[in-house]
Amino acid sequence: MSNTADPVSYLDYQGRHKGILGWILSTDHKRIGILYMISMLSFFGVGVILGLLMRIELLMPGMTIVTPRVYNSLFTLHGMIMIFLFIIPGLPAVFGNFFLPLQIGAEDVAFPRLNLASWWIYMLGAAVALTSLFVGGGAPDTGWTFYVPYSVRSGTNVTLAVTGAFILGFSSILTGINFITTIHRLRAPGMSFTRMPLFVWTLYSTAWIQILATPVLAITLLLVIAERTLGLGLFDPAKGGDPILYQHLFWIYSHPAVYIMILPGMGVVSEIIPTFARKDIFGYKAIAISSLLIAFVGYLVWGHHMFTSGISDTARWIFSLLTFLVAIPSGIKIFNWVATLYKGSIDLRPPFLFTLTFIFLFSIGGLTGLVTGALATDVHVHDTYFVVGHFHYVMFGGTGMAFLAALLYWWPKMFGIMYNEKWIWRSWAFIFVGFNMLYFPMLIQGWMGHPRRYYDYVPRFHATHIVATVGSWVLVTGLLIFAITLFRSFKSRVPAPSNPWGGRTLEWTTTSPPPLLNFTQIPTVTRGPYEPAPTPTGGETS
Amino acid sequence: MKEQQSLSYGSYVLVWLALVVLTSVTVTIAGMHLGALSIATAIFIALIKGSLVVYYFMNLKNEDVMFRVMLLVALVTLTVIMVFTFFDISFR
Ligand code: HEM
Ligand SMILES: [Cu+2]
Repeated sequence: MSNTADPVSYLDYQGRHKGILGWILSTDHKRIGILYMISMLSFFGVGVILGLLMRIELLMPGMTIVTPRVYNSLFTLHGMIMIFLFIIPGLPAVFGNFFLPLQIGAEDVAFPRLNLASWWIYMLGAAVALTSLFVGGGAPDTGWTFYVPYSVRSGTNVTLAVTGAFILGFSSILTGINFITTIHRLRAPGMSFTRMPLFVWTLYSTAWIQILATPVLAITLLLVIAERTLGLGLFDPAKGGDPILYQHLFWIYSHPAVYIMILPGMGVVSEIIPTFARKDIFGYKAIAISSLLIAFVGYLVWGHHMFTSGISDTARWIFSLLTFLVAIPSGIKIFNWVATLYKGSIDLRPPFLFTLTFIFLFSIGGLTGLVTGALATDVHVHDTYFVVGHFHYVMFGGTGMAFLAALLYWWPKMFGIMYNEKWIWRSWAFIFVGFNMLYFPMLIQGWMGHPRRYYDYVPRFHATHIVATVGSWVLVTGLLIFAITLFRSFKSRVPAPSNPWGGRTLEWTTTSPPPLLNFTQIPTVTRGPYEPAPTPTGGETS
Repeated sequence: MKEQQSLSYGSYVLVWLALVVLTSVTVTIAGMHLGALSIATAIFIALIKGSLVVYYFMNLKNEDVMFRVMLLVALVTLTVIMVFTFFDISFR
């Protein structure tokens, strides 16, 4: 589909630096995206291992492999790594970096050096956070939420871990600024806001949250450090402070942050569905605007994490009511996706398979979210395994599956090679079965009153814990098969055409992998992102 | 982007004086024990001061509409956050 001689791809392009320096000093948004991908998947691997260790501990009542202290550190680090190093930066840093410029027909992001700086800051933050494991008082044991007063009193390395999270925030803010500027300034001729792919719309909404909410987290974490080192007493009632203030500040960031996690995932889904249904998306504008709405409403609901912590009754029912508002823009998305599938010519290939898995698992996550969002029921399930089950369904079943779907969808474009689809199907079977074996029992346990963050339990929970632990092994087997299949594509090197799936957005009009500056010629856009091209070019199936 | 059409030094000094005056007002009011009102007035004065800085010193005065809208988004968000937090406390 590409014209005559293919230009040198970004993978082969020889810049100023050779070897690994050509990567870690590159300002090419595509290379930076891959840097993020490699670092992030490594951290994800560590997080998974910590999760497996917890599951082994929970295989039998009483002490199995670790002491209570170590268990506390395990879930803290697992949570910190998964949240701050994987799922928050996840999709924007990897696929946003790689595909935002490609999808709007730009040569790079607006500030390529700042982009590289974001990655270095990310790595620095990760290094600081992980150092807290090995020095001084030992790994932090507060949970990833760092609630006061315990986070002020704990003798473990909370200060260092919190500093790491603080640094990571800056990486997030800089990426956000970069993306907003890129979207406003670097769109190709004809690429109006209403012709932008929906993934770009979600990146745009996400970037705003990153810029506006992350500073709140930064300040909050600084206050914890100040409280620990200087004994300010901001959160200490004995000194006139208020411990609930901490929870307010923390969730003012962390609730919008769950939309940083999920919005780009919804963007990926909105890309994949029209491609594999061979149809224009239904309700383009509604989906685009609903992203902005979710981003905004996301600021109004943080109190639903604090129903049982002693906020006022009036605040409780108002926050609960507002929480239900988020269902409206989320519903808009789901219904429009389903309407897109209706009468589509559906092609069940691996990226689409994982997209359907996203919809299924995320729906369970969303429906259990209603239980935790409703004041009356949340009082019952708060801080139980129900919550652990719920957020794994949304974060892992939602964003995690979208991440895997994005990998499968864009892999041919990123590396110019195809993977073995049959093995991906096999990995999927393990992932799907393992996932539900692992997390569904948690919903049941929580409903029966099993508290979260405990290394031990009473015998009546034994059976469900065994199912969950075996499920974790099945799930990880699936993830391993998935990873090995992708790795092996580097060996077999089956070349990918520029448009293997029949996608209609701009990234599919350039070579696989793209050249350094993405396009041999900056495209001019004359149609909506998912409308078929007027004159079918090679590889286009419409 | 537009050329920087900076103001005369005189107006900068005036703005600075206004900031100083407002600061002393904040300090005075803080000593008057107005109860719940003291927070509201402190925030209100801080808002005026912040706007002066952004408008004149950071030159928002001469920027595109888009930048004003963007700043407004940030301001609205911050207001929402503050209102809800204080809302909880005042009903406790
Ligand atoms: C094989 C994969 C995984 C396993 C086996 C696993 C298992 C667990 C277990 C056993 C807990 C602790 C429950 C408790 O004692 O309260 C936990 C907590 C948690 N997990 Fe996972 N998990 C996995 C993947 C993930 C992923 C992908 C994410 C995020 C995207 C995630 C985010 C979290 C968070 C935020 C917590 C809460 C930590 C805290 O309480 O501070 N997990 N997980
Ligand atoms: Cu929330």
